[in-house]
Amino acid sequence: MSAALSFAPAPRDPARSFQDMILTLHDFWSANGCVILQPYDMRMGAGTFHTATTLRALGPEPWNAAFVQPCRRPTDGRYGENPNRLQHYYQYQVILKPSPSDIQELYLQSLAAIGIDPLAHDIRFVEDDWESPTLGAWGLGWEVWCDGMEVTQFTYFQQMGGFDCKPVAGELTYGLERLAMYIQGVDNVYDLAFNTAGVTYGDVFLENERQMSKWNFEVADTETLFEGFRRAEAECLRSLEAGVPIAAYEQAIEASHLFNLLQARGVISVQERASYMGRVRDLARSSCEAYAEKMTPEWQAKYPGWSLV
Amino acid sequence: MADFLLELRCEEIPARMQPKAKEDLARLFGEALAKAGLQAEAIEAFATPRRLALIAKGLPVATTAVSEETKGPKVGAPPQALEGFLRKVGLAAEQLVERDGVYFAVVEKPGRETAEVLAEAVPAIIRAFPWPKSMRWGAASLTTESLRWVRPLSGIIALLDGEVVPFEVDGIASGRTTMGHRFHHSGPVEIADAATYVETLRAAHVIVHFSERCRLIREGAEKVAAEAGLTLVADEGLVIENAGLTEWPVPLLGRFDEAFLDVPPEVIQLTARVNQKYFVCEDAQGRLANAFVCTANIDPIDASVVVDGNRKVLAARLSDARFFWEQDQKTPLAVHAEKLARITFHEKLGTVADKVERVAKLARWLCEEGIVAGDPALAEQAARLCKADLVTEMVGEFPELQGLMGGYYAAKEGLPQEVSDAIRDHYKPVGQGDDVPTAPVTVAVSLADKLDTLRSFFAIDEKPTGSKDPFALRRAALGIIRIITENGLRMGVAEGDLLDFFADRLKVQQREAGVRHDLIDAVFALGGEDDLVRLLARVHALQAFVTTEDGTNLLAGYKRAANILKKEGFAATEGAQTLSYTPEPAEKALIDALDAAAPRAAEAVEAERFADAMAALATLRAPIDRFFEEVTVNAEEAEKRSSRLALLGRFRDAVHRVADFSRIEG
Repeated sequence: MSAALSFAPAPRDPARSFQDMILTLHDFWSANGCVILQPYDMRMGAGTFHTATTLRALGPEPWNAAFVQPCRRPTDGRYGENPNRLQHYYQYQVILKPSPSDIQELYLQSLAAIGIDPLAHDIRFVEDDWESPTLGAWGLGWEVWCDGMEVTQFTYFQQMGGFDCKPVAGELTYGLERLAMYIQGVDNVYDLAFNTAGVTYGDVFLENERQMSKWNFEVADTETLFEGFRRAEAECLRSLEAGVPIAAYEQAIEASHLFNLLQARGVISVQERASYMGRVRDLARSSCEAYAEKMTPEWQAKYPGWSLV
Repeated sequence: MADFLLELRCEEIPARMQPKAKEDLARLFGEALAKAGLQAEAIEAFATPRRLALIAKGLPVATTAVSEETKGPKVGAPPQALEGFLRKVGLAAEQLVERDGVYFAVVEKPGRETAEVLAEAVPAIIRAFPWPKSMRWGAASLTTESLRWVRPLSGIIALLDGEVVPFEVDGIASGRTTMGHRFHHSGPVEIADAATYVETLRAAHVIVHFSERCRLIREGAEKVAAEAGLTLVADEGLVIENAGLTEWPVPLLGRFDEAFLDVPPEVIQLTARVNQKYFVCEDAQGRLANAFVCTANIDPIDASVVVDGNRKVLAARLSDARFFWEQDQKTPLAVHAEKLARITFHEKLGTVADKVERVAKLARWLCEEGIVAGDPALAEQAARLCKADLVTEMVGEFPELQGLMGGYYAAKEGLPQEVSDAIRDHYKPVGQGDDVPTAPVTVAVSLADKLDTLRSFFAIDEKPTGSKDPFALRRAALGIIRIITENGLRMGVAEGDLLDFFADRLKVQQREAGVRHDLIDAVFALGGEDDLVRLLARVHALQAFVTTEDGTNLLAGYKRAANILKKEGFAATEGAQTLSYTPEPAEKALIDALDAAAPRAAEAVEAERFADAMAALATLRAPIDRFFEEVTVNAEEAEKRSSRLALLGRFRDAVHRVADFSRIEG
């Protein structure tokens, strides 16, 4: 190969570049046997909604994956004016099934890899149990503190879609912007260095935050959103009947996000809120259940004696 | 004698669970020993975030041999009885021992080695450990039968006099290896025996004793505060929580931007405490200082780095709090209150706005009627605003600040101080030790709020049952009792069921003040008493009286009279009778005493001079005693008999008008 075509990547600089921090996490988890996935191509409120987490947490087969998932939280929008709050931000998700016995050590190594020295910074595992009624899921774990700041949610899934996790998966959710702000020593998220060539997080996202906050809170057509919700709900149920639960699950995610937008528009009353949440929950749980039931024969063939319930 | 060390190492145990887990381990271990016939001279348990441990000192090395004897049927009993007994004890007929015509089964149990007992007992304790929440993990969790623990269990040490007690729990074998501090020590730590456990781990940067970590935090936090010229605001709950989050606690003091001190100190303290588990400090004048103390789990390379990180987190939290504080003030409380119409109080009782409406009317009425000496307009105004802070951002974030924030916002709005104070304090008294409101407007709102809650829930038949009291009605009733009695408010508190409910709460509450519940019953039994102040005055006078010699004897006389009347089926009572015969001197004396005492007692009761009423009754004691000694009630002449019964009836009724003495014990 001629020298002109050869490429040697520059050393990662996670302490001075948001993207290098992400790439370092990819390197780390890839080296530890994870499939490095790309984000799910739908709007969702948390990385846990990615099928690589929810659906893959079901069943007996081992599954190790890591990925960045953009998260949309319409009501957290602040028009780009708050240094800590965004309506769109990134989570880094790692899912390890079954949970390895050295999962805490692996996690701490990943922090060291992005430049957090545990003798310079006070790392603590503080009780924080996780529950998602929407997904019929819960788990026990911690929020991980770094000098008093929550940087990761660490959960051992016990149930998903109403089923016991057999085996249990460990889930790590890193808040990427917070972690980067901490590592880079920056007080305003928009001041984060996105790379080492002078591009900031603000260069990439500030205008998006301004416009999307406005759209979420003021512009989005509520009739379209209500209609979208109804259609997603109907399509979810149709997909369930047609025996394609993954497609049904996508519609449940869609309905969940449309509900969040309706909330941001302030058009759902307190009384209606519970009812909408119940509808989303039914869709998500039915999809998880249908998926688990559809897959069970295959799982049982590979794991004789394994049972869903 | 031998010493035993047990360590159960796992991933971080929630701080709040550690104190109880330590006790449970010691208790379960003691019980398991006792079951095997063993006893340790001392058992001490330890908890850190990453381990639960126990040292039992002075254990016998083996259990003593015992011979267990079971009594069987008599010799010559039917064969079925003998067969049944043999089945039960698992012996053959020739193995039974005969003594005094009875069969006995004697089973000799040889002594067992303590190590063997422990190898069985410890796995059983682990499997049945009462964690409030437990979980499965790892490859073994492919079935739901796998071991449960609070977080993944990673190692077990079991050493009896330095020797490993071998056993295995779900693939984890006991040994002598543990881990030191997560960051200050690398590699495994070998433990020689129980005696060196604590010091070996200390060398590996782990303080095993919970109490020692508490002391280090308490004293360390005080010290760093003092070095900054400040005083630590003591908070034992935080000490314990931080001791549960650290194996090597290092308190560090940091400062936050003084500008945040505009926010009420309670908000700052709560933000620091609840979200970050930080202590706060006061300056020499007792004002909240712009300082916090966090407790690190390491001796950091550079403390300022750790402190600065914590400062930033606190600053972000305080910015949120200040944002809420400023945001909330942009809207007057009266406008906030409008949103209460959207919050359901209870499905059968309407919205919070409906409740506020009722409370406002009641608070106003309490003042208009003169029951509470407050300004009716101010009471109504305060009541209308008292729940408005529930919809503010700040109370949404910190529900425990309800009332307090409303008070601050009312004061900022420039509302009269009576109103802002009433909003602030209307939930009081909350607990037993809490202050009872005394400011009239506050009293009116607080009382109206609680009375409305009780009346409303009783009206829809949602009464507390057994240990279930989801709407905290007992606490509300207790609050009302304290407000009424400590402020001397004269009012009918309730009727029917609700009055009975108050009577029960009153008995519980007064028991602590040393007031006898039977005396409360004796006054309530008269019926129609719904004025708690008057009721208690009467009860107090009654208690003072029945404990005197006159009181005790009068009670005895009352009971004797009541018994006779009951036995004779005497019900009707009439006034004083004209006798057709000459009464015996003792009879005459009782008549005269009653003629004098009965109206005196009745009059005193009417005027609420209960001590005087008791004094009037006391004058009956000697005459009734003498009457029973000298006069035959059951006289042969019908007329004498009926007159004397009528006289006893008068006596009973006179006493009864003061209290139902039949309810009094003794």
